[in-house]
Amino acid sequence: MTHTQTSRRSFLKTSAAVTGGLMLGFNLPGTLGEAMAAGTVHTPNAWVHIADNNVITLLSARSEMGQGVYTSMPMLIAEELNVDISQIKVAAAPPDAVYVNALLGAQITGGSTSVRDGWLKLRVAGAQVREMLITAAAARWAVDRDLIRADKGMVYGPKGLKSTYGELAEAAARMPVPEKPPIKDPKDFKIVGKRTKRVDTPAKVNGTAQFGIDVTLPGMVYASLAQCPVIGGKVKSFDGSKAKASAGVIDVVQINDGVAVVASSWWQAKKARDLLSIQWDEGAGAALSDASVIDGTRQALKTGKVLEITKPQGDVAAALKGAAKVVEAEYVIPMQAHAPLEPMNFTAHVQGNKALLIGPTQFQQGAQGAVAGALGLKPEDVTLQTTFLGGGFGRRLELDFIVQAAQISKAVNKPVKLLWTREDDMTHDFYRPVGVNQLKAGLDASGKPVAMHFKVASQSVTQRAFGLPKDTMDPFMAEAAVTGYNIANTQHDLVIHDTGIRVGYWRAVSHNMNAFANESFMDELAKAAGKDPYEYRMSLLAGKPRFANVLKLAADKAGWGKPLAKGRALGIALMEGYDTYMAQVAEVSLNDSGEVQVHRVTVAADMGHMVNPDTVEAQLQSSIIFGMGAALKHQITMTNGRVQEANYHNFQPVRMNEAPKIDIVLVKSTEKPGGIGEPATAVVAPAIANAVAKLTGKRVRRLPITAEALKQTAAA
Amino acid sequence: MSVDFSINGKAAKANAETDTPLLWVIRDELGLTGTKFGCGAALCGACTVHVDGQPVRSCQTPLSSVSGKKVATVESLSKDNSHPLQVAWIKHDVPQCGYCQSGQLMSAAALLAKNKNPSDAEIDQAMSANLCRCGTYVRVRAAIKDAAAMMRKA
Repeated sequence: MTHTQTSRRSFLKTSAAVTGGLMLGFNLPGTLGEAMAAGTVHTPNAWVHIADNNVITLLSARSEMGQGVYTSMPMLIAEELNVDISQIKVAAAPPDAVYVNALLGAQITGGSTSVRDGWLKLRVAGAQVREMLITAAAARWAVDRDLIRADKGMVYGPKGLKSTYGELAEAAARMPVPEKPPIKDPKDFKIVGKRTKRVDTPAKVNGTAQFGIDVTLPGMVYASLAQCPVIGGKVKSFDGSKAKASAGVIDVVQINDGVAVVASSWWQAKKARDLLSIQWDEGAGAALSDASVIDGTRQALKTGKVLEITKPQGDVAAALKGAAKVVEAEYVIPMQAHAPLEPMNFTAHVQGNKALLIGPTQFQQGAQGAVAGALGLKPEDVTLQTTFLGGGFGRRLELDFIVQAAQISKAVNKPVKLLWTREDDMTHDFYRPVGVNQLKAGLDASGKPVAMHFKVASQSVTQRAFGLPKDTMDPFMAEAAVTGYNIANTQHDLVIHDTGIRVGYWRAVSHNMNAFANESFMDELAKAAGKDPYEYRMSLLAGKPRFANVLKLAADKAGWGKPLAKGRALGIALMEGYDTYMAQVAEVSLNDSGEVQVHRVTVAADMGHMVNPDTVEAQLQSSIIFGMGAALKHQITMTNGRVQEANYHNFQPVRMNEAPKIDIVLVKSTEKPGGIGEPATAVVAPAIANAVAKLTGKRVRRLPITAEALKQTAAA
Repeated sequence: MSVDFSINGKAAKANAETDTPLLWVIRDELGLTGTKFGCGAALCGACTVHVDGQPVRSCQTPLSSVSGKKVATVESLSKDNSHPLQVAWIKHDVPQCGYCQSGQLMSAAALLAKNKNPSDAEIDQAMSANLCRCGTYVRVRAAIKDAAAMMRKA
């Protein structure tokens, strides 16, 4: 209840920031989730702020990184507050326990959770405020509250009595918070579920949207940081004399992660940084290469501790023994960089025992806690403001660059904007871990799978980032491992292997490796059974209506089974992830250079209730194109601990001339909302791989499917 | 030593070292932050501006080379979002994170300045140097066609 009081005062008094500053320990998904969700019901006013002049502000607990939360979050509030979306302004919430994402146990934007977490919480918060306004009006006018209604920013009573929300806000905030205010049946929604224009678009088409890189503070200086080419390496010694003599340079300072040049402009800092002479202690990372990392991961499948992803069904060993045919295959995915277009940056001003941080982050409380820890400050003395994020994709869950900015500011005693180069970003990411999946299935005489043994080895991001104990199940590695197909005997094994690579959550996380393996394998089984891949899948989905429905919708829309232009082929894939059911069909050909061209991707998705269907479509378009890059074009490789890719010339995302036509079928559904920012990224890779196999007769089991990879693959 | 040029129709004088990329002059000295830094190597197009009407990558354009020239940034389209490209971008809700969009808009503006009815191939030709990590390409294409139609009618 302490939070409630803090938040209710801030509802009235605070315009810029609510500073509760309580650090919560991170909890793994599911442990405290329900209690936290229940707890937030008591703190509605942490989100809704009504000024006397009737301006309503929503403090968004989730960061806007392109996924549209600055529109979908206020839509949920507006629905119950009975205001138009245009009447609500949106600002970023500060770090505070009240803004914890109940699905992740921390104040995190990620995991395609924003709508799923906010779906009930924000509607209840809006309804609580509406009810409190009505109660305040009833008291002020001495009339029965049943005779009062709140609509479009005005509260109306009998006999022409009326008042704005703003005029009642102060009194309303003193009213008791209703525990269970009435909320609308979804069929009565006026805002939620309707196509709604994004509130952030106007600022993003005229240069006024403020990203981290655009932050300025009075007296601010600029920093460029040289870090060891091997991640984890430390400065042994350095000579900063040439850099110090360079134009505009204010100081050269060493911090934990490297040597920073601070100058009056960023370009001066960057130029001077290139004059640094640094001896590095490269550390253990210098022995790493991408080949050894993959080999080590593969080896771990034989030697590592096996964790059960889910309870085995039936008797896999016996069923394999009795099978008419046994099919085995191994699938590999490489490391990937996030490479959001805005390079890592943060602005920090450390003064005495206080710190101000401004910039793009997906993890507000984490940033606050990490900077407090690194500088020996109290978390409540670390203030953080979140800007727009120039892309996130998981990279901005990490806190390295935020701590660096604070350390540099402390060292030079000035406000500092630290900005990385693209090369810094590409070579000092927290990479998507490699995954090695080995699948084995037994088919009966009719070709039906009767046994499936699924094994995967990969590295745990959760161990590194949140201290998950060794050899404990990491739910973020088991995503999409278990499919919807009806197979009588199944076993799903996970081996967690620490390769020494600094790994991070990358859009769609382990759905990427597991769906690539499962859905490629399903096509291989269909081939072994002599069946059509679509029909084969469908035959295994009895009693799985949401899976079967999206599979059929995608196949029908894509024209599955109908003649195609010469030199083209279709591939299909199916997955459930983030509570969203999705099928995709990719139509591909090869160009003269032997590269895969994707002409069209058809996607059918059942994600339950949608908040903003236009954003849903945008996220599908986005994640398909993001996933295409990893399926066909780019990867991270490493030699002697050095990442070999440096910029967009040797890590090439999809460009406009390569972007396919994307056809979208959305299922109207009243199921609970699913996430949509990520799943399509994981589904497009197997859809493409299956289309390529159909077209060329070559089964590529390691991503990306480049022209070179196809050349090296023998016909299956 | 300073360099004189015009920016968005106004005279400007920059005092940075003359080898400083125009991008940093625009952003840090002139305070126009709509133009973005993405790669520093002319690979992503986020820093696209016009110099004498031609789209250029300002991260690879030294300050010395724009002496006496006309530079235009995204801020020149309009403040009130009335430029046909801005209207179309809003209509299609093109931006996601939005970081690349200033560059997308300036490449599109250069295209439409000489071709008010671009084909898909011409749009690919003009726009494929502009990366979007959010994958807004489908909507960029649709918005360019819409803006072109508006400009043909105007």
